[in-house]
Amino acid sequence: MIKVLFFAKLSEQLGCRELQVDATAVENTDQLFQYLIEHKAEWSTILTSQLCLKAVNQAMVNDNVLLKDGDEVAYFPPVTGG
Amino acid sequence: MISVQEQDFNQQEEYDRLKCKTSVGAIVTFTGLVRDINNGQSVSDLSLEHYPGMTEKCLIDIVEQAKQRWNIIESTVIHRVGHLAISDQIVFVGIASQHRGDAFAACEFIMDYLKTQAPFWKKETMSNGETQWVDAREVDQDALSKWAVK
Repeated sequence: MIKVLFFAKLSEQLGCRELQVDATAVENTDQLFQYLIEHKAEWSTILTSQLCLKAVNQAMVNDNVLLKDGDEVAYFPPVTGG
Repeated sequence: MISVQEQDFNQQEEYDRLKCKTSVGAIVTFTGLVRDINNGQSVSDLSLEHYPGMTEKCLIDIVEQAKQRWNIIESTVIHRVGHLAISDQIVFVGIASQHRGDAFAACEFIMDYLKTQAPFWKKETMSNGETQWVDAREVDQDALSKWAVK
């Protein structure tokens, strides 16, 4: 399974903090994003209408990244700490 | 030392810890506080969410980058999470170096990177009771550009 996490405003909008996705269903982060867009009717608009940053195994990535069973992928808005 | 914590921190204790070696000739510290106003709106309190695990890794990485660029004898980064009130301390960065130049630069570098890279998110409660997530600011992103390797 791939563990998918959402944080902050994004998790509130989606009504979801964590989701498990079958690792055989997606090969990379592009496919995972497509899977999430189609997961629930309202998710498409929420995920595509704003800047979502992503991290794979707790490291921020910009490009499409290959995924394997056990990976952790997180989506979140631009950070506002400090 | 890196810590992500709910509880407050004590300036004197952090300063004393940074001062622990006799080779230290300069200490620079920065403290971020909860302001009562943001974008012209009155704020009553703040909650801070983070990504446990990634946050700590990210802060370690930022400090490592600073150590590669400047002479740092001791360093401390503390970031609080959870519920915070007006004037509460949010973040502390302390750098101990032999000379002030390294301490000033490393402290500012760590704050600039933390603001744009570390997975923290602020949610404000306004004085009218409404809540809103704080938007990322372009000025924070711009602050990073001065650290680009020439």
